[in-house]
Amino acid sequence: MSETLVSVQDMKVHFPIKRGVFFDRTVGHVYAVDGVDLEIKRGETYGLVGESGCGKSTLGRAMLRLNEPTDGKMIFDGQDFSTLKGEELRKMRRRIQMVFQDPLSSLDPRQSVESILVEGLRAHDLDEGKESTAKRLRELLTAVGLPTSALRKYPHEFSGGQRQRIGIARALALNPDLIVADEPVSALDVSVQAQVVNLLEELQEKFGLTYLVIAHDLAVVKHISDRVGVMYLGGLVEEATSEDLYEEPLHPYTRALLSAIPVPDPEVEDRRERILLAGDLPSPANPPTGCRFHTRCPWRQATKCDTERPALRELKPGHKVACHYAEQIRSGEIQPHEVKPILVEEGDGLSPDVPLVGPASVTEALNP
Amino acid sequence: MALLEVRDLSVVFQRKGEAPFHAVDGVSFDVEPGQTVGLVGESGCGKSVTSLAIMGLLPKRGAKVTGSVTYDGTDLLKLSDKQMRDKRGSELGMVFQDPLSSLNPVVPIGLQVTEVLERHRGLARKEAMIEAKDLLDKVGIPDPNRRLKEYPHQLSGGMRQRALIAIALACRPKLLIADEPTTALDVTIQAQILSLMKELVQDLGTALVMITHDLGVVAGLCDEVNVLYGGKVVEKAMRHRLFAEPRHPYTHGLLASIPRLDAPRGEKLTPIKGSVADNIPWTSACAFAPRCPNALDVCRSVTPAEEDQLGRLLRCHNPVVPGTPAAEEVPV
Repeated sequence: MSETLVSVQDMKVHFPIKRGVFFDRTVGHVYAVDGVDLEIKRGETYGLVGESGCGKSTLGRAMLRLNEPTDGKMIFDGQDFSTLKGEELRKMRRRIQMVFQDPLSSLDPRQSVESILVEGLRAHDLDEGKESTAKRLRELLTAVGLPTSALRKYPHEFSGGQRQRIGIARALALNPDLIVADEPVSALDVSVQAQVVNLLEELQEKFGLTYLVIAHDLAVVKHISDRVGVMYLGGLVEEATSEDLYEEPLHPYTRALLSAIPVPDPEVEDRRERILLAGDLPSPANPPTGCRFHTRCPWRQATKCDTERPALRELKPGHKVACHYAEQIRSGEIQPHEVKPILVEEGDGLSPDVPLVGPASVTEALNP
Repeated sequence: MALLEVRDLSVVFQRKGEAPFHAVDGVSFDVEPGQTVGLVGESGCGKSVTSLAIMGLLPKRGAKVTGSVTYDGTDLLKLSDKQMRDKRGSELGMVFQDPLSSLNPVVPIGLQVTEVLERHRGLARKEAMIEAKDLLDKVGIPDPNRRLKEYPHQLSGGMRQRALIAIALACRPKLLIADEPTTALDVTIQAQILSLMKELVQDLGTALVMITHDLGVVAGLCDEVNVLYGGKVVEKAMRHRLFAEPRHPYTHGLLASIPRLDAPRGEKLTPIKGSVADNIPWTSACAFAPRCPNALDVCRSVTPAEEDQLGRLLRCHNPVVPGTPAAEEVPV
């Protein structure tokens, strides 16, 4: 259980912002993931939460190398996954599978369920004759709770929850060690959502899987994860076991996030205190200096916060936080204060000091 | 008399050569000034169609609306298009789910706010602009003077929703219908918008109809809750009673299937089996029967009637007895 399966070291993904027709000039970067370290142990579920635009999906994709990371390493089961090439990379991918958010757009509408499931088996030479493959497919469908008659059907013939089950069966087909699930339940209705959450838990017990679950719903993540990492603007701000995180959130952002989630119980709702964050998420193309959260932080202090980026440090065993003043906030020495919302620039989010010279389109280039 | 009285509202969609579809089937509820009434249910339960029917926004062809919607003494369903246009925006406000597609992308925000003021209150452009600035300020948009000149795409999701609320509130409507106003937003932004709406209801005494699929939002905001399933209200009660003692198996199942933040770890969720696709028509059965853990034979042969149980309306043959756990779930 304590053996480390995945270790991500200083992972960075920067997307260039390009301008111009004749010369692809890079005028800036979107700092989607900016230096993330994390470890996932074998057999555990690691939950990654954050709001839209915080880089959680990009991090998941970069780990699988669906987006090439700009910098950083991912060590998978003792091997450096980030330097593998060609055939070696392809073979390694069998062991890391992904479940996507939207089950309809991640399944080929023109492939039957059988062909979807067999495709992976063939690609990795696990297709050993008709009979054993047929047996394997039946096993898979039983495991995810679909009838065997589903094999000849096409994705559009299923409901949302069933489609997500097909997506999970596809990931399971190759006997992976790690499954990265990117928002596996957010497209589903609540009653169906619980079915899929339970299924994921059952499968983990049965096959000893390791999960990385990426979601924006902290309640779902808390329910299925052993450990949770909270992301804000491309960096991890807090990491703890799910009970610990809920019992004693140490980072101001986590506190605000937890207090914002509605609980379906009027008694609780009437009593609880909300920490309302001012304004919006700043643009990841032009992130704030120092602590990324300082522009919205109700506990912000005059020094350090806007100049020095806090590193993730262990405050108590197994509970890491990236905040300069975590101890003082914990002891109540620093009290929250009012924050004025700051205008957030939408659009391309370029910093104003980058001059926009040169043509931006063909017409502009031809008629200067 | 209540500000809004919806009685036996039904919407039937009919297409040539196809069986008619009962999207909303005899829904009734009242809204008092300053009160918040919630309509909750999963996708396809008819909650959005109900709101569109009240506002008279359903197409005349293909959608048959029956029943009555009495607002302040007049039946909205009997008004002409012109009369309805005078009501919408001035007395009845609506906030939609997706703020980007409900704002005009080629018109600046300021013009979209002043449009309402000019149309309904007859203000001149200049006065309207000053008023619009105050409105944006009130809904918490920083630097309103600049925002007035900007286009919807230049605003973030939360700011767009605020602009939409500002438009809906421009003429101080007595009734505001919010259709999933926070579904497209992040939780921290959702908390901002919900507290804003709560404030507005308290300050202006607006009656609010809140349509959502999120029971958590309902628990914090609504006074009375209507749970819809397959176009009918299956349970209606004040929020404290509904959440403390859900009696309908569907309400009970919904609450048991939501992972709660304050639940101890390791507690299993109890999902409702099947999906909405398994519904059977209400005509001679309970639509929920195929998914219901409490279903009896009578559930599949007789439509349950609405029963009043001391301030709680319930439509079920075999309701959940308070204090007992849900029936054992069979995996599908």
